Amino acid sequence: MKFIEPHAHMVSRTTDDYADMATAGCVALCEPAFWAGFDRSSADGFRDYFRQLTEYEPKRAANFGIKHFTWLCINPKESEDMALAKDVLEVIPEFMDCPNVLGIGEIGLNKNSRNEVKVLEMHVDLAASHDQLILVHTPHLEDKHKGTRLILDVLKNDSRINPERVMIDHVEEHTIGMVLDAGHWGGMTLYPESKCSPARAIDMIERFGSERLWWDAACDWGPSVPLAVPRTAVEMRRRGHEEALIEKVIFENPKTFLSQSERFVI
Amino acid sequence: MTMMTRQKVMDQYFMDARHKLIDIAAFLDRVEGAEGKEDFRMAAFRDAIKHLEDGGNDRAKDVLMAFSDPTEEPIAKAPGKGACGAWPGEGSEVEG
Repeated sequence: MKFIEPHAHMVSRTTDDYADMATAGCVALCEPAFWAGFDRSSADGFRDYFRQLTEYEPKRAANFGIKHFTWLCINPKESEDMALAKDVLEVIPEFMDCPNVLGIGEIGLNKNSRNEVKVLEMHVDLAASHDQLILVHTPHLEDKHKGTRLILDVLKNDSRINPERVMIDHVEEHTIGMVLDAGHWGGMTLYPESKCSPARAIDMIERFGSERLWWDAACDWGPSVPLAVPRTAVEMRRRGHEEALIEKVIFENPKTFLSQSERFVI
Repeated sequence: MTMMTRQKVMDQYFMDARHKLIDIAAFLDRVEGAEGKEDFRMAAFRDAIKHLEDGGNDRAKDVLMAFSDPTEEPIAKAPGKGACGAWPGEGSEVEG
């Protein structure tokens, strides 16, 4: 089967992971900017990271026939520091014309603080003023429901934002409805310990339909599985679903959303 | 809608659910057999368990909501970066 991995932090994965993903049928992947596991000390740290995402990582992926795309931002985990956030937001436009940049992401909230909301608004303004797609990270665990509501409010309050050009990632059963009702796309993240299991992700497709939804592994340096998407496709097949529906979820849907950027060509 | 009959759901998922249920039972035994007081996470856990007996098909959503922050306004300042899995109550954000 061929699939698109629409959310993977490959800077923290090994070359063997690229080989396994290619073997399983991955034709393209998207790498949003994220937290490194520690706070960077300056905007220059982000400038180096953005170079890694736009120059080095596409070459690693190309070695296995995988097209590499990326999203740029300062992650919400570092958004409490307003001064740093402002500095990084000034750096991002330097990279917006790179051929693998699809938009601004993964922006959003982490602990739902006032500064995080302000930095989210600044990112949304940056995306709107440069006509960029948006990829949103919703908070973890106990903070997800409240954070998703706050994020939807920020997006709704900016009249320049077309909901269909925004992917809200990491939805679960208590947030998927409000995301789809607002006209956005929703991503289900397949994690072994948190977010969604394969069974629950398929349950949600069966319940909410397959429109404007995708699955992703969001593999990084934490517990995560780079092959989570094709494994979930296998489980969907075991339930008796048609191949056309499986292909829609793991290939056609991400292709449809991502192709709103003219740079997404596979 | 699911493509599966109820019998197929049982055949495909019963062993996995049984395994997880026994793990939860063992976790409760472990907690209650240990010295010290329970914290807010255990209270949320016990509240969430009650939803397993609910009818309908919103159990997963209701369990998630039992662990969720019900407030609506942004907090003044992030107490840390991590989440602990249950809402500690207003004004008692957990550092992490």
